Amino acid sequence: MPDPTSLSPLDLDTPDKTFLDANELIINMGPQHPATHGVLRVILRLDGEKVLGLECVIGYLHRGVEKIGENRTYAMFNPYVDRMDYVAAVSNGLGYCEAVEKLLAIEAPPRAQHVRVILTELNRLTSHQLWLGTHALDIGAITPLFYTFRDREEILKIFEKYCGARLTTHAFRIGGLQYETYSGFEREVKNFLAFFRPKIDEYEELLTTNRIWLERTRGIGKISAEDCIALGVTGPVLRASGVKWDLRKAQPYANYKNFDFEIPIGENGDTYDRYIVRMAEMRQSVRIIEQAVDALPEGPIMAKVPKVIKPPVGEVYHSIEAPKGELGYFIVSDGSTQPYRVRVRPPSFVNLQALDTMCRGQLVADVIAVIGTLDIVLGEVDR
Amino acid sequence: MHDLIQYVQSYLDPNVKVTPGAAGNMFWAFVYIMLVFLGLSVAVIAMNWLERKILAHMQVRLGPMRVGPHGLLQPIADALKLLLKEDLIPAGADSFVFWFAPFIVVLAAFCVFVVVPFGPQHAITDMNIGILFMLGVSSLSVLGVVMAGWASNSHYPLIGALRSSAQMVSYEIAMGLAVISAILMTSLNATGTGTLSMIGIVEAQKAQGEWFIFKFFPLGLIAFFIFAVAMVAETNRAPFDLAEAESELTAGFHTEYSGFRWSLFFLGEYTAMIAVSSIAVTLWLGGWLRPFPNLLNSPTWDTLFSYVPGATFLFLAAICFYNVARMPKHPYFRIQTMGLGAFGAALALIGLILFIPVVSVRVQDIFWFTAKVAGFQYLYIWYRGTFPRYRFDQLMHLGWKVLLPLGLGVLILTAGVGLLQIKS
Repeated sequence: MPDPTSLSPLDLDTPDKTFLDANELIINMGPQHPATHGVLRVILRLDGEKVLGLECVIGYLHRGVEKIGENRTYAMFNPYVDRMDYVAAVSNGLGYCEAVEKLLAIEAPPRAQHVRVILTELNRLTSHQLWLGTHALDIGAITPLFYTFRDREEILKIFEKYCGARLTTHAFRIGGLQYETYSGFEREVKNFLAFFRPKIDEYEELLTTNRIWLERTRGIGKISAEDCIALGVTGPVLRASGVKWDLRKAQPYANYKNFDFEIPIGENGDTYDRYIVRMAEMRQSVRIIEQAVDALPEGPIMAKVPKVIKPPVGEVYHSIEAPKGELGYFIVSDGSTQPYRVRVRPPSFVNLQALDTMCRGQLVADVIAVIGTLDIVLGEVDR
Repeated sequence: MHDLIQYVQSYLDPNVKVTPGAAGNMFWAFVYIMLVFLGLSVAVIAMNWLERKILAHMQVRLGPMRVGPHGLLQPIADALKLLLKEDLIPAGADSFVFWFAPFIVVLAAFCVFVVVPFGPQHAITDMNIGILFMLGVSSLSVLGVVMAGWASNSHYPLIGALRSSAQMVSYEIAMGLAVISAILMTSLNATGTGTLSMIGIVEAQKAQGEWFIFKFFPLGLIAFFIFAVAMVAETNRAPFDLAEAESELTAGFHTEYSGFRWSLFFLGEYTAMIAVSSIAVTLWLGGWLRPFPNLLNSPTWDTLFSYVPGATFLFLAAICFYNVARMPKHPYFRIQTMGLGAFGAALALIGLILFIPVVSVRVQDIFWFTAKVAGFQYLYIWYRGTFPRYRFDQLMHLGWKVLLPLGLGVLILTAGVGLLQIKS
């Protein structure tokens, strides 16, 4: 008899008995399931409630974004990237624009970079708020969801006023910004920060010291720093395991080297630490936005970009710290107006690999908690 | 015919002090059963609306607002929708068990009310093993849950049903121990004999001059606390709603149910919530007794307290009228405004009727009982808005390793302290 934990969940060689007398149960969680954050399908191999192994089946939201990129000009492809991680569209746009700028060897003017930082960090807040609400909802606390959505609305209003869209913003252009900030932008952002600071405490009040929350998250979905690195896991999940790796510090892009902020890290790499890390990250984001708004320089918002973007032959890889981890763009140019190949390294897709490692030996209820804590967006996993 | 008239008269006599069941009065027992059934159905509808509204307000949203004024007719619209839905039985299901399971749940929940004392004579019957009957029958509902989960022939319901039965086993014992410690307290009288009768338990609290929750402080309080935790687990409500655990098991044991059969589970769940709250109220919170029946027992206080039911309804009516004034003045809202006004008027009318001395003397015990139970229902909603869900093994841990020893300890201490009191 082989060790059951070493079997793949899809390894159906063991006799598939009727489920009442079988020791093992194979359960199909998703693609339609309230807690798989979209259309993720997880095949669980269970012994009672204990998870012996699991396999993710993805692709239900595949739209061929990378292939579309080969048939669009550089500027035309820009809105498409917003549709990958649709809860952090601004970050996607920033990564793409900076990658193409690198290819063109140009740099956005300082004012544009500041506005980019402000919007990207605001977007990090919305992404983390959505994560917090849905994660708590998965664990059974239904109220934080409404609190986070109430406050997220204020950020979306700022986005809407700035560029007309709330989710798929298409806020940036290659070489800078399309729009100058609206009048009162700084004041509104500052008002929001003053409004939002106490709200983080309000979220924490409901959860951080809640006994049930602690029991449900402490020691759940543990992953060591070595495993994280081996699996290529990035973002808050990696930092919660104790690795101080944040691309905003490690390879500063945009204007991040000018701002003072810390990288919160955890120790145990469990669900609770990931929660704490993300909560601390929200506070740091508030700090960054505050500095950026205070130091917002005057000047042009667009670099000198040719009307028709025709980058020289070559390739570039540029990655940024998206709310969910390292978001990288690898673009190959053949000198024409369209990229020869676009490859996206989405953080959710890579982080999702760790699900099996994190869930083995835990219970069904923990699988839900771990899916929530990985903070995946299926639009980005499947592209 | 003559018998019937006699039956009717026999209860209208204000000197009657027994329940119709105990007096063997079939007519009034039947009337009571019908009234309790009706009252419970209305209470479940009201609970449905209140839960959605209160939860919504806790979560910075409005809740139902469209069907009727402030969504008052929403539960009725939902009930109608569920009745009209197709009654699906999955192809692989054991159709008889599948068909039968919801009835067990509802039956178990409703049967409990045979012995619930709404007042010294307002109960269907006064059984001398009342509390035993109640615990026994209310535990039967898990049978329906397991049957539903098994008969669905599907993985999620099966897991939900297994969780539910394991949960029941780990909580019934702690619950029973807490109940026993309350029953022990009833024997602290001159004869030294306790009682299992629900009415007897309340009478004992009246005779001893304190609710059992304050008896042997903090022993009564701890026993009450154990029961209060166990009863949430028993009714499968948040934070112990593992059997349905929406985010894990889609809907748990009733995943495959739809329409009318699903609504029966819903009805059973809410009735069970009211039932276990009634046990808690009867055992620890003085049942139908008004606050301070011994401390403030002058006729003046009696009269003052007898005004409370009517005043409460008038207060609710006043809220309705205030909201009528706040309604938008647009013609589109005219019907809603009129409806809210009519609802307020109905409440005010009930309030005024309750001020009539004959009526208020007869029904104020029902009012106090209902008010206490309503407090528990609010707690249920509050829990749901506040707590995350326990995990299966943590819940078992809590049941076996925390509540059970605590219950045993309280039981032994209660017995010891009680003995000392009898000796002295």
